Amino acid sequence: MGTRNYRRKTSHSEPGPGDGGRTGSWRVERPVLDKSLCIPCKRNTEACFICWLFCPDVVISRTVPPKIDLEYCKGCGICAEECPTKAITMVDEAGFPEEDKDKE
Amino acid sequence: MHIIENGNVAAALGVKLCHANVIAAYPITPQTPLTEKLSEYVEAGEMKAEYIPVESEHSALAVCIAASSAGARSFTATSANGLLYMHEQVQWAAGARLPIVMCVVNRAIGAPWNVWNDQQDSISQRDTGWIQMYCCDHQQIIDSVIKAYWLAEKVSIPIMVCYDGYILSHTYMPFDVPDQEKVDAFLPPFRPDYALNPEEPANLNTVTLPDVRMDVHGDLAHGYMEIRYLLHEEMRTSLTTAAEGEKRFADIFGRGGDPYLEPYLCDDAQYVAVGLGSLTYQLRVSIDALRKEGIKLGVMGVRFYRPFPDVALANALKGKKGVIVFEKALSYGYEGALVSDLKSALYEHLAGTGALPSVQNFIAGIGGRDIRTDDLTQTLRAATKSRVAKEPVWIGLKI
Repeated sequence: MGTRNYRRKTSHSEPGPGDGGRTGSWRVERPVLDKSLCIPCKRNTEACFICWLFCPDVVISRTVPPKIDLEYCKGCGICAEECPTKAITMVDEAGFPEEDKDKE
Repeated sequence: MHIIENGNVAAALGVKLCHANVIAAYPITPQTPLTEKLSEYVEAGEMKAEYIPVESEHSALAVCIAASSAGARSFTATSANGLLYMHEQVQWAAGARLPIVMCVVNRAIGAPWNVWNDQQDSISQRDTGWIQMYCCDHQQIIDSVIKAYWLAEKVSIPIMVCYDGYILSHTYMPFDVPDQEKVDAFLPPFRPDYALNPEEPANLNTVTLPDVRMDVHGDLAHGYMEIRYLLHEEMRTSLTTAAEGEKRFADIFGRGGDPYLEPYLCDDAQYVAVGLGSLTYQLRVSIDALRKEGIKLGVMGVRFYRPFPDVALANALKGKKGVIVFEKALSYGYEGALVSDLKSALYEHLAGTGALPSVQNFIAGIGGRDIRTDDLTQTLRAATKSRVAKEPVWIGLKI
């Protein structure tokens, strides 16, 4: 093998953000949080976190307000689907400026 | 200890001596007695292994893949359509670099339905990334299983140990069952670099991107192409590792020799017959008869089909007048797979040297058609006189 320092010869990865690559670029629709509807934001306390619980890629933080890591969010929309107060809506990525792709 | 048993029992004894931890198999003729024997060993407590009955061959290999990923020495066996049914998992096991050993008890594939011997089943799995070894007798079956575990675990590539259905699987022959202590000295316990473990969780063989990437530790991780390249490269270098294994085996057990080829009267031969498996032993009878007529013939058994021992074959056949390749399988629409590979090797290593032999191809024993030694003798005699017009020639065809 060449000079590159690979760790293993098989497909092997460990749990952690972005181990499958920066999957944010896969996103067609972006989850956008309306803090006026979000339960932890409204109460200013750690509560609900249904979005955090359901996110299959673990990119939503268990914080007030919940933060969505757009570098890895694939835009699956499960958070928007599960949010009990409809605080998350999926918005077409085309509407966001190019330099804003990975920013919350 | 020498015993008289059938080829399936020879394979089962080899697996037992290797202390396989997990056996998962689905019965199919002519492999069935092998898995039955293993289940008896486990049931009687003679073998401390998990015997997992499954509902299909696909599941059998899936179980072995999971078990091997968890660090268990795993075994399965199949034949014909069973092997084809596990084809997707066959490829997976190779890409995942799991050192599973599988006996393929060679049988013709349907349609039309047929349970007799040829080698179309394992030959059709040539390009799956598995090492393939072919056996000529019961001693080679038991020895090959033991060598296969050593090599598979050394190079992290799965191995098919192939032997002819009925001709070897169901016939009785004397062979030496190696002492357990010697096998233990030859074959160290299976210690993979990583084994599935809740304390150290990992994702294995998930979506692997076309390009390389940084992993969570910031180390470079392969793309799909690098992983596949490594399988090929390490398959090629496993030829060298196999030679080390053969020497190690010979030192401990006192038998063995050429790891890739099994020549018989080839040194002074002008013509050499080439084949895979038990047919090459049958050809020896014809060679002996033709030698008495003054025809200088030899026969070469190819023990490793993948990785292909191209250099060894080209060196062994260099300067011969002719090579006569007998096959129990073919690549439909062209010729036998072995003859194509062999011609490629000869062209690569001997073209322009003036030592390039002519090559002829004969297909025999498809679907268990009886191969008469007299037919082989006549075929060889004719092949040394003049080149046949249309190849491959089917021996014994009644059409």
